[in-house]
Amino acid sequence: MSTATTQRPTGQQAAPRSGPPRLTGRRLAPYAFVLPAVALFAAFKLYPIGWSLVLSLYKSVDGTDTFVGGDNYTRLLHDPLFWTALKNTAVILVIQVPIMLALATALAVAFNSRLLRARSLFRLGFFLPMVTGLVAYGVIFSVLLNEKYGLVNWLLHFAGIGPVPWLTDPLWAKISLALALTWHYTGYNAVILLARLQSIPAELYDAAAVDGAGPWKAFRHVTLPGLRPALLLTTVLSTIGTLQIFDEPFILTHGGPDNATLTIGVYLYQNAFTYFDFGYASAIAYALAILIGILGLIQFKVLGDKS
Amino acid sequence: MSTTPATAAARRAKGAPGRLRNSIGLTWGLAIALAAVLLPFYWLVIAATHTSNEIFDSPPPLTPGGNLFHNLSTLQTTAQFGRVVLNSLLIAVVYTLCAGAVCTLAGYAFAKYRFKGRDAIFGLLMLGLVVPNQVTLVPLFKMMADLEWLNTYQAVILPNLALPFGIFLMRQSMGTIPDELLDSGRIDGCGEFRLFLRVVLPPMRPALAALGIFLFLFQWNDFVWPLVVLRDSASLTIPVALASLKGVVDTDYGAIMTGTAVAAIPMAIVFLALQRHFVSGLLAGAVKE
Repeated sequence: MSTATTQRPTGQQAAPRSGPPRLTGRRLAPYAFVLPAVALFAAFKLYPIGWSLVLSLYKSVDGTDTFVGGDNYTRLLHDPLFWTALKNTAVILVIQVPIMLALATALAVAFNSRLLRARSLFRLGFFLPMVTGLVAYGVIFSVLLNEKYGLVNWLLHFAGIGPVPWLTDPLWAKISLALALTWHYTGYNAVILLARLQSIPAELYDAAAVDGAGPWKAFRHVTLPGLRPALLLTTVLSTIGTLQIFDEPFILTHGGPDNATLTIGVYLYQNAFTYFDFGYASAIAYALAILIGILGLIQFKVLGDKS
Repeated sequence: MSTTPATAAARRAKGAPGRLRNSIGLTWGLAIALAAVLLPFYWLVIAATHTSNEIFDSPPPLTPGGNLFHNLSTLQTTAQFGRVVLNSLLIAVVYTLCAGAVCTLAGYAFAKYRFKGRDAIFGLLMLGLVVPNQVTLVPLFKMMADLEWLNTYQAVILPNLALPFGIFLMRQSMGTIPDELLDSGRIDGCGEFRLFLRVVLPPMRPALAALGIFLFLFQWNDFVWPLVVLRDSASLTIPVALASLKGVVDTDYGAIMTGTAVAAIPMAIVFLALQRHFVSGLLAGAVKE
């Protein structure tokens, strides 16, 4: 990949040449630079994407594949478990993501406030969960939230709150999952929003103050509009991430109890690597991809009309 | 960076007697929230030093116990944990170096060259951000099985080398290099690749550090893909080993918590040491329009 360097064994102080200097090298170099990325991407992303589409048209039984056309997709539409998984994923998306982004916005505003002491310390502390791997925090949370012996219920007991069945009750399991996700990603989103906040010119706040706007009005009419691009970015990223969510339910609740935390990702994994029905798993993957595509498109449309 | 002198906002900060009370209120409120957020880390360190029984005592232990070394030796005998840590380190280091090179080169080309098909190729690569990893999970697994690469390092490392987010991040950062710098390098007789190595890379060190930390964290914590291709207990990475330990009947939670601490605490320390680069580098990618 050294089209550029073979051009000339450079003498250290080669005099500038007249004429177009090494135009070919300059023209070919970018292709050489992107070649590794493109080749790897084609081999390990594009090719499997195509293969997956083919697989989704086959049924795999005991290692032999039979062509079944759209059967996997028809089965999908009539599979109650798939709909349960879809519903669970949607519930997390619709409830957890807005709560998390609202919290992240509040945090970002607090980080940006002149009233806050030790700002960088707080910023770091709230970001730290993001560094923790999904398996690690899944393990920690499953112990912390243990119904009988967990630290959280022990602490709640002092507040007179009875043992909460965090991981064993269908509703509470969903709440636990949402809590874990919020713990992990809020600080990260807050930091992205903070960077945007810092680029809002102070003059706008001054003007708002002159017009007699209180803190709440200033937030509504200056902060929120200014944050809009960053809010949309975090919304899109959180949506894509939430739709694919796998690790947290896999570690924390195994999709249970009673499939209350079964997500599309977990269901796909079960079909692929527990039942080895690669065809059906691929159909689920494509349904998921289409879903992400549609939601992403809608959000990018909204993003697109930013000035 | 605005160079406006003292603005009204700044003036407001010094005035008003209620100000100080608000300030203390906000700081304390946030401190309590932070304590709740950091509680899992504290609990992790405590639990890692106790036996499984002690962890589930009532009341739960809140101070360190004396079982850390016993937990470590349990991990070693049940899960070959030394080997597992070594696997994780090796895979993460090699991945960071290779993916770093691939993403940096591509990002530089997209940012600083005009060539036919540039936008189309870039768009294609960014497709990877939108297509969920689950779509490629099964075919990639079959591919690795056909190549007889299951349980190998390359099976973990290769598929994610051209990481779209890394390429995106590098394109954003490389955009800040002035064209004049590149031109003057060319006039001095630098070939394109040497230009990249000698002129482009040195001033990009902070951005490269951010990319490096990101790639290392990503690989160190990655779970699903290693879970799929690594089956042999001697080849596992830390997250996969932890997950498999948790499945075992008669789970030794003391040992698991110690393993979890080994996975999480070093990363937290590395992050705290290098966070300045990391956060600013990530933001360069995230917030520019």
